[in-house]
Amino acid sequence: MLRAVLRTAAAHKGRLLLSALAVVLGVAFVAGTYVFTDTLQRTFSDLFGQTQPDVLVTAATEFEVRQSTGTAASLPGSALDVLRDVDGVQRAGGLVQVGGVTLVGSDGTAVGAAGAPTFGVSWGDDPDLSPLRLVDGVAPAGPDEIAVDTETLQAGGFALGDTVRVLTPGPTVQATLVGVFRYGTSGNLAGATLTAFEPARAQELLLGGDRWTDVRAVAAEGLGQAELAERVEQAFAAADLADVEVRTGEQASDEATESLTAGLGFITTFLLVFAGVSLFVGAFIIVNTFSVLIARRTRELALLRAVGASRRQITASVLAEAFLVGLVGGVVGLGVGVLLALGLRALFALVGFEIPAGGIVVLPRTVVVAVAVGVVLTMVAAWLPARRAGRVPPMAALRDDVVLPTRSLRTRSLVGAGLLALGTGLLGVGLSGRVENGIAYVGAGLLLVFVAVALLAAVLGGPVTAALGWPASRSAVGRLAVRNAQRDRRRTAATAGALMIGLALVTMIGVLGASSTRSIEATLDDVLRADFIVTSTTFQPFSPELGDAVAEVEGVEVVSRIASAPVVIGTPPADGTGPGRLGGAAFASSVQPESVLAVLDVPVLEGSIDTLADAAVALDRDTATAQGLGLGDRVTLTWASGPREYEVGAILGSGTQLTGATVSRQEMLGAGEPEQDQVLYVSSEPDADPEVVREDIDAIVAEYPVAQLLDQTEFADQVRGQVDQLLSLVYALLGLAVVIAVLGIVNTLVLSVLERTREIGLLHAVGTSRRQLRRMVRVEAVLIALFGALLGLGLGLAFGVAVQRSLADEGIDRLAVPWALVAVVLVVSAVVGVLAAILPARRAAGLDVLAAIASD
Amino acid sequence: MHSPQPVAEAVDLVKVYGQASTQVRALDGVTVTFPGGQFTAIMGPSGSGKSTLMHCMAGLDTATSGQVRLGSVELTSLSDDELTRLRRDQVGFVFQSFNLVPTLTAAENITLPLDIAGRPVDQDWMDTVVGTVGLSDRLDHRPSQLSGGQQQRVACARALVSRPTIVFADEPTGNLDSRSGAEVLGFLRRSVDEFGQTVVMVTHDANAASWSDRVLFLADGRIVDELADPSSERVLERMVHLDPGHHAAPTPRPTPVPTAGAPARPRHAAPGV
Repeated sequence: MLRAVLRTAAAHKGRLLLSALAVVLGVAFVAGTYVFTDTLQRTFSDLFGQTQPDVLVTAATEFEVRQSTGTAASLPGSALDVLRDVDGVQRAGGLVQVGGVTLVGSDGTAVGAAGAPTFGVSWGDDPDLSPLRLVDGVAPAGPDEIAVDTETLQAGGFALGDTVRVLTPGPTVQATLVGVFRYGTSGNLAGATLTAFEPARAQELLLGGDRWTDVRAVAAEGLGQAELAERVEQAFAAADLADVEVRTGEQASDEATESLTAGLGFITTFLLVFAGVSLFVGAFIIVNTFSVLIARRTRELALLRAVGASRRQITASVLAEAFLVGLVGGVVGLGVGVLLALGLRALFALVGFEIPAGGIVVLPRTVVVAVAVGVVLTMVAAWLPARRAGRVPPMAALRDDVVLPTRSLRTRSLVGAGLLALGTGLLGVGLSGRVENGIAYVGAGLLLVFVAVALLAAVLGGPVTAALGWPASRSAVGRLAVRNAQRDRRRTAATAGALMIGLALVTMIGVLGASSTRSIEATLDDVLRADFIVTSTTFQPFSPELGDAVAEVEGVEVVSRIASAPVVIGTPPADGTGPGRLGGAAFASSVQPESVLAVLDVPVLEGSIDTLADAAVALDRDTATAQGLGLGDRVTLTWASGPREYEVGAILGSGTQLTGATVSRQEMLGAGEPEQDQVLYVSSEPDADPEVVREDIDAIVAEYPVAQLLDQTEFADQVRGQVDQLLSLVYALLGLAVVIAVLGIVNTLVLSVLERTREIGLLHAVGTSRRQLRRMVRVEAVLIALFGALLGLGLGLAFGVAVQRSLADEGIDRLAVPWALVAVVLVVSAVVGVLAAILPARRAAGLDVLAAIASD
Repeated sequence: MHSPQPVAEAVDLVKVYGQASTQVRALDGVTVTFPGGQFTAIMGPSGSGKSTLMHCMAGLDTATSGQVRLGSVELTSLSDDELTRLRRDQVGFVFQSFNLVPTLTAAENITLPLDIAGRPVDQDWMDTVVGTVGLSDRLDHRPSQLSGGQQQRVACARALVSRPTIVFADEPTGNLDSRSGAEVLGFLRRSVDEFGQTVVMVTHDANAASWSDRVLFLADGRIVDELADPSSERVLERMVHLDPGHHAAPTPRPTPVPTAGAPARPRHAAPGV
């Protein structure tokens, strides 16, 4: 039996390869994701392993310090003295590392990729205490000297000896570039721009005095990291500096690796979701391929039955074939996955996130998962066709015109309707927002609805293809094509269904994207009062100097500044002891209460913005609801420097610029946050010429390449641009699901053509030209593709509207349907049909008439 | 060759399959004419080249050398597209395995060649043909709903409806029981007698051949014998001589060709068509 299976598989290798291809892409996504994250993990843990000291002491905080935003809890200079005196410390040093330090490149723009952190660090010569390794020039020694990492040197177009403008969260300084370094063995730290100052200068400029971001030590010979950490902990407690965190280098390295890879976790999730979509689409194609293969082999299977093979053996033989397909798909998918990971690494390097070179990591787990996913998926998908194969009657071997009994579509319709109801129910529950983990419900609901619609598509297929094919039906060839599309309704439904999935997701995302853009624009229209907005180009704050200068411009009436900082919002303890209840981590914004309403028409639902001037907090409605807080309640904001207690003085409408907690600018500075700005809203005087004002402000902003000046329209465009950018990424990935579906159409058509060899031969014999034969296959392909597109569009629009409605409270309160996208989907589907038909059509037209009609 | 004008002829037709050592000469210099309005049967043992001859005559296959003329057209110089058009407009086919398009109704199968060509259907002629094959009440049925005999009659009607110059039938009764086979043969006979159709039929059934006006015997790619006004017995007797067991094949012996005006010969009562 096994030999028979292998022989059969070998005989059908083309077909089977095509179905293996359907598995390959999905498996590649899974494997690629694992390989990429494992590689990332290994590379960074290697990198941090070389650059961490034995023991590291930082200030304790309630939350992860977001150094990249320029906020860093720091230790007093005395901490280094304490550490030095610990018995067992061989050498000790301090490090300053603060974000928001940007260099102006030789072309006048900010150096570094958008979104990548820009750190200012203190120079250190001791390779055990500093990650920096000088490769050229000298270490920065005076207050006006800096060194940069090799990547930054290149990106900024700098040369040693250049005078460089350095934008810090505080003042802007000029410095001479005297040295170039690497971060450990890597050019820089995962795309971050590093600027090193002489230590005292770094302390003064970035931490405002004799302070350190951390202090670190090398253990004496023979002393373990853990033991030293214990002694350090005791020493700090004794020195009355208990509010510190002591970690071993190993812990610090693990944590740093984890936080870096966690930051990239969204990519993992993203890729795995697409892996799921691809595998789901692939499963449709496998079901179809195996069904057709079995239909074609009815006679052969019947012969096996006739000579004594049991039903179970037949089913097992088909499943064994599926196993082979899955194995091939899994192994090839693994290979493609490795390529995908390499591609991702290259892509990351391209956008400035340089991942240090190092071997690609393929863990045994990845291999097992990839192959298992391929095999299990294929075998599960082939199970139904395999069972059907077992039911082939032995008599079929003896007759010429075996028609397997076609079951009525009633069972299918009932099952489809049931699944549809169930799926819609799950979707409804998931979207209602009343359950934990709503996204899981939504996912399961989508899955069920897709399967249900694919089942029901068999019922819909007849009338829909008839209607779609009406224009083609006027010619005999067109009529034949339409009939062929309706011939095996299950097959057409499964083929169209595979295409449906990708297109439905594209359409749904399109509706959501258009709706959120429309909603954001509407909000901006309602809320934005300012004439100009100065925002950061790097998502990092900029120096207050900029706002000061803009305020001086003639014709500028108001400059209202907004800054932000990470906080934890919570409620104070009821009995006055303990930390109280901590809420989720969030961002706090600071505003200038006296001017903010002039530039932003923030909907104040309760209370007044004026209360912020008296150290009150404004919360947006969602945050207040989530924390169970109302006007007049007490609230704790835990800053990097520690908790502070406030009264809720205002409740703001959701979906505006001010989310989370909002305090006054004075209050945020009072909490120890550095003075810096995230956004400036600028209004000009009513009688000033906006053109002139803009030119004047532009001249100032040009000095600060981390900031940009936008008017209302440009601001809206930029927001839309960001949404569009995200959308195009999603479209590109979903496009892959469509590619898999196209493979499915090709597969189905090639098999159909083979199945109809004799019929096509006859058509050619009685005078159908090769061109007409090709057209026949093409029309059929286009019909199937358009059918899939209609199903996908219908579902996608329904899903999109449902999700938009459920997100109306989250700010996506307007519905917009991207009709252009709908048109594109239809046109693309028709084109997809034409392309998918190329190979099968050539097959059909190339059939040898004599062989085709030969009576056997 | 006296009247009538031949509608098809082959001159010195050679067809070689394969190469070098595996070469097979399926046709070895066949020269033959098919007069209009005549029912010709081609007989011969398996491998004698009878199907190859028909395929070459019908433009389904191209000869290695020699000429084929159909109507006024020389086939050997035609391209694939031209051959396709020629088959569509001038040739009708009846195959052993019916070869109907399963998705089309009987009526649609019959008009398929006209539909493909985009030519209008001559409704009177269609009615006549359909009436003759006795399918008037089966026109809306799909092939799967028809018996083998009915399917083959649909195929006959399809072959005739475009008024082809010539109809080629390849073992048309091979898959039918004797009663259905007789119906189909009777129909082919009537199309010759009543409509003046030219029919060429390949068969190895002596009984089927006896419905024809003339039988050509092929062996080893050559025409080895010819028999006019055949009866089953005479056909059988000739076939025995062609049996590979007999070393000396009979010398071809030209026989007088019956005239087109020959009286319809109900040597077989046309069974209830």
